[in-house]
Amino acid sequence: MTHHSPHIPDVEGDRLEVLYEDKKPPYEDAEAVAEANRCLYCVDAPCIKACPTAIDIPTFIRKIGTGNVKGAARTILTQNLLGKSCGQVCPVEVLCAGACVYNDWNRDPIKIGRLQRYAVEKALAEDPQLFKPKAPTGKRVALVGAGPASIAAAGWLALEGHEVAIYERKLLPGGLNTLGIAPYKMKVEEALTEITWVLSLGNVELYQGVEIVPVSGSPEEVSVATLLQQYDAVFLGLGLGPDSRLKIPGEDGGGVVGATHLIERLKADPTLRFKGVDRAIVIGGGNTAVDVAHELALLGIDATMVYRGGDHELSAYEHELASGRVDGMKVLCERSPVAVLRDNMGKVTGVRVIRTEDKKPVPGTEEDLMADLVVVAVGQSRATEVARSFPGVELDTRGRVLVDPKTHRTGNPKVWCAGDCVNGGKEVVNAVAEAKIAVTSMHAFLMGTEMGVEKGVGA
Amino acid sequence: MADLSIDFAGIKSPNPFWLASAPPTNTGDQVMRAFDAGWGGAVWKTLGNPIVNVSSRFGGIDYGNTRMMGLNNIELITDRPLEVNLREIREVKRRYPNHAVITSLMVETKEEWKEIIQRAEEAGSDGHELNFGCPHGMCERGMGSAVSSEPKVLREIARWAVEFATKPVIVKLSPNVTDIVEPGEAVLESGAHGISLINTIKSIMGIDLDRMVPLPRVGEASTNGGYCGPAVKPVALHMVGELTRHPYVAKLPISGIGGISNWRDAAEFIALGCTSVQVCTAVMHYGYRIVEDMIEGLNDFLDSKGMKSILELRGRAAQQYKNWGDLDLGYRVVADISVDKCIGCQLCYTACMDGAHQCIHLPGRTEEQARKAGHTHIPKLIPDRAVTAKGAMPGARVPFVDEEECIGCNLCQLVCPVSGCITMKEVSSDKPHETWNDRVQRGADFVPGGLHATEIERAKRNG
Repeated sequence: MTHHSPHIPDVEGDRLEVLYEDKKPPYEDAEAVAEANRCLYCVDAPCIKACPTAIDIPTFIRKIGTGNVKGAARTILTQNLLGKSCGQVCPVEVLCAGACVYNDWNRDPIKIGRLQRYAVEKALAEDPQLFKPKAPTGKRVALVGAGPASIAAAGWLALEGHEVAIYERKLLPGGLNTLGIAPYKMKVEEALTEITWVLSLGNVELYQGVEIVPVSGSPEEVSVATLLQQYDAVFLGLGLGPDSRLKIPGEDGGGVVGATHLIERLKADPTLRFKGVDRAIVIGGGNTAVDVAHELALLGIDATMVYRGGDHELSAYEHELASGRVDGMKVLCERSPVAVLRDNMGKVTGVRVIRTEDKKPVPGTEEDLMADLVVVAVGQSRATEVARSFPGVELDTRGRVLVDPKTHRTGNPKVWCAGDCVNGGKEVVNAVAEAKIAVTSMHAFLMGTEMGVEKGVGA
Repeated sequence: MADLSIDFAGIKSPNPFWLASAPPTNTGDQVMRAFDAGWGGAVWKTLGNPIVNVSSRFGGIDYGNTRMMGLNNIELITDRPLEVNLREIREVKRRYPNHAVITSLMVETKEEWKEIIQRAEEAGSDGHELNFGCPHGMCERGMGSAVSSEPKVLREIARWAVEFATKPVIVKLSPNVTDIVEPGEAVLESGAHGISLINTIKSIMGIDLDRMVPLPRVGEASTNGGYCGPAVKPVALHMVGELTRHPYVAKLPISGIGGISNWRDAAEFIALGCTSVQVCTAVMHYGYRIVEDMIEGLNDFLDSKGMKSILELRGRAAQQYKNWGDLDLGYRVVADISVDKCIGCQLCYTACMDGAHQCIHLPGRTEEQARKAGHTHIPKLIPDRAVTAKGAMPGARVPFVDEEECIGCNLCQLVCPVSGCITMKEVSSDKPHETWNDRVQRGADFVPGGLHATEIERAKRNG
């Protein structure tokens, strides 16, 4: 039931994920040095400002150029403990690389993500003990959920000498970083390797298959009260809830599946096969919709995104749409689903859609699109139940946990929170950046060095 | 973590990285910012009698897309009042007692040397660097590099400095001499405590072809300046090597200067025998921040070699710098082209055909075509292998090295754009381990075809 950190279970080999090739394969030494030497080593660089974790990108790239790869990894990981996976999964096109001065000069921006991955992978392969934890503080911290926010927070807390316990209800840790990343960007094993390294940084215990609940009823559950009682501080990295539903006729039953659920199975479930699926319709216009459609297209399935807004309103990144289209994915805009169509046997045969103008249906314009599979990518619900059961923790009207943005502390002075459950669903790098803010505040609290405590009382 | 601290003739420094006397050490504010960034020491911009500077002052040379591979300057010594410099030196030492502040000095008469040395020491200078290297402007007035090129004068002035100073005296040498050993020996004879080299090399950076004026231009004329930057590193290493392998001069600590830009360059100078290294151009290009990589990289390098301090690295390569006559004539390498890495650009082929020994072949030719292309030795089999590497040219073939003919010159490896694609592999030659000097010893120091050899051959036939 409970596992110590080195015992993260292996994923089985026969999964669809292994069929995908890396879109951005790892650099070899010569490639990395050649790319690093292109960097201008700008001062006050726009790439740093565009990085949510403010990695000193020009410095780490210069270090790659001088052969100081270990130093490059230190520069990256000091700012972002998940620097390796961020190098693979960050939308660099709209972050660091998108800000590179070369863009304005009509030159290829520096391949920052690939260089970052190269530096961390190479340095950790040669010497995993790049950082040493401080002496034990005797303080204990519980982290709820094992997504990127919690993993990064756990690593930093452990390096400060705190005793850390992570509670994860699934058997595989990592959240969407393990189970939600497009397989042509990063595979499950790669995410788990990174997590294993982070958990080795200090005194970290990982409890898998254990759920935090308002009131405990089984050995696989720990109650909120117990958690608050046994630990000096608690970090909530709850992520998001299950895929939202369309709420249209015919949706219930086989052949209709939520997007993140499908990606998770594609990555980790060896039993998943797309037998008899020739055509798929993905409902949604965001990045998850593109990912699913792109992944299905790469498996040879005729995949079409169906979106109710116009082409210019798609919230998915342009570079992802372009990349998906190159691989055969199609996008159909200004259509809204009305019903999932099924035959006499209940098998999905398609989706009835209606044309839209300004996202509003135009009566009498229904048409039927043929499909064997319908994937719903219209967002995820909020994981509100656990958060609410912590006394003092409040949520906004959209179900996001309310925190002080300067500290990421919730209304409960012992509880901090970061990641998707706070920001509503952003990138891995945002979760890491928020986790760092939370850890800085938690550490000050645990060590009794908080600034402005007296002032707060007096005011 | 290795111990990077050094003791240079009694001057203590937390690490071997010093800023050279130059624009980056012009003011106290700059030196303090440099120390905050991690520099272990600074040699202050040369103090002396008041001068006037020109505008413009610097010239750069690019190579391909690389900016400022070399830099030259026609700036003279400090143009700030001596009192201001001394006040700032005192303030820097007060705030940074554990960092090395060395005053670079350049004056003319014995009295002037006495005064400036004493005033620098009163301000808290940890040591003096006698600027006998500046090759522009000041040398026209009998100072700077003019001193390095006259060993007797150098010895005399350095003796004055040693006499007046209570702190260590370092002599900075100019590379603009025929043999660096002569000024090096003069330093030793003077009783000075250390040597720094190289100062800059006399140079003209280019010509403005529209105005017909050399660069850098001052109005409608220019002058020769001092050349530095990454391009001069090999020249500097050679001159350092000449002194660190010298049986007596090597007893003095040496501060290496010339094109040092990163930790690897620094490690090379230290391995050749330097105690500290001085940096200027790389800082002028990228700022004080580069020292972070230098400290970290050198530290990790020492750790990776199991060395606990700079001491263990210093001079490890000095004795492997030998005369040509001591090299093993029986040693042989040949080029080896990796089939997996070759991208088919054929630059190695062209370099070998026109610049070396015609031993790299392009597959798919008839013997006649190969001979017409310029080969004189045709191997029995030239394997026809298509390139497979990422980025390879479609349809290109991997060139083939005729190992029987390859003389192991390195040229193909040097021109290959893919790092690690061409390696020079050791092969056994049928020759014994023997140097030219061994041959001289046993009376076999003749070259076939020479007059000496012909006489021997003739004697053999007649006898």
